[in-house]
Amino acid sequence: MAWSRDDMARRAAQELKDGYYVNLGIGIPTLVANYIPEGVDVTLQSENGMLGMGPFPYDGEEDPDLINAGKQTITALRRSSYFNSADSFAMIRGGHIDLSILGAMEVSENGDIANWMIPGKMVKGMGGAMDLVAGVKRCLVTMDHTNRAGASKFLKSCSLPLTGKNCIAMVITDLGVFERDGSGQFRVSELAPGITLDEVRAKTEADIDYP
Amino acid sequence: MSKKIYENAAHALEGLTFDGMSVMAGGFGLCGIPENLIAALRDSGAQNITAIFNNAGVDGFGLGLLLETRQIKKMVSSYVGENKEFERQYLAGELELEFNPQGTMAERIRAGGAGIPGFYTKTGVGTVIADGKPTREFDGETYIMETGLTCDVALVKAWRGDAQGNLQFKDTARNFNPMMATAGEITIVEVDELVEVGSFNPNFIHTPGVFVQRIIQAKCEKRIEKVTTRGPRPIEGDA
Repeated sequence: MAWSRDDMARRAAQELKDGYYVNLGIGIPTLVANYIPEGVDVTLQSENGMLGMGPFPYDGEEDPDLINAGKQTITALRRSSYFNSADSFAMIRGGHIDLSILGAMEVSENGDIANWMIPGKMVKGMGGAMDLVAGVKRCLVTMDHTNRAGASKFLKSCSLPLTGKNCIAMVITDLGVFERDGSGQFRVSELAPGITLDEVRAKTEADIDYP
Repeated sequence: MSKKIYENAAHALEGLTFDGMSVMAGGFGLCGIPENLIAALRDSGAQNITAIFNNAGVDGFGLGLLLETRQIKKMVSSYVGENKEFERQYLAGELELEFNPQGTMAERIRAGGAGIPGFYTKTGVGTVIADGKPTREFDGETYIMETGLTCDVALVKAWRGDAQGNLQFKDTARNFNPMMATAGEITIVEVDELVEVGSFNPNFIHTPGVFVQRIIQAKCEKRIEKVTTRGPRPIEGDA
């Protein structure tokens, strides 16, 4: 059976290491915070200006001055710090953040990612995504393997405007885990339970390495 | 009485608004936006504004107010996803839009305010953001040149301020506000609390008063875009 959104988040959480500073994107990446492994201490960065993001507040305790990058109300922890947007992106662009987990519309076989616009249809903007993929030490993507029409989102080359080139080290989809090796090629490193390599082949346009 | 303190938002904008002006306003989503100054800018009737805002607000609130009245000619932003009127005007070709990666936008404003006309960054290399921009190699890696940003009037929201213009910001309501305060030809600030000069510990001032020309005390509605909670607080001794 293919992985659910929570399964993908749980698998992505296995990539967190003790002491990491981590930025989580919107959607499935946000769920990763629910599955941080026992004994692994990570500090979550929110690019609107906070390190040490805490859980959502209790009912009635929301503070309009305290939100995450997804504009949701959150809380602080004892370790938290606040800073301005220039300092926030100094952390990101300057390589001080260890891991970024992002959603994507498309990923290509050479590690390009597109996740910020569909020309003529959807205009939302890149927010901090271009800075994250340019500066964070390791970037991984969680996404559905195919779109609603059933077409592969893991492509030879992205058709949508890029967010960044050659910047994605790992892709986790509902079908499995795809990791880039030393040569820069993605290979199938794990399959979701019950998923076959044939199914992955049928749903993947990218030229990847099959075991 | 300090010459920096003004009675209200309309008063603080007097003599500063004109057609074709450029305006920065702080905030991330609806958090930390100078909502009273934005409403006063709308009421001033200034047209063809170049608006340098990270987001477009939501329909009917924040920067959305200026979109509804079509006072904005061009937006410089990083993310505009929460405003349908914005998307409609843009797709219909009624509005110019310049997307900046969020970190590039923050740094452009920081640079502009610091007298730095341009800088190199790796953000956006290989994307449409790099189109038409000079590039340069440093240690074998390609960077694109971005320019500093300044504006005619910067509208800033702070938590506390004094008559000297010294400011403190609260939590994530800080965001773009401190950089924008440095980048305005004139910077106007609205604060939740106007405090006596001398009540700040000088070690904990976020923005020194030199960057601020006008300041008002204002009551903010502080609308929340996405109220998200984890449920009721457990009753003590219950668990």
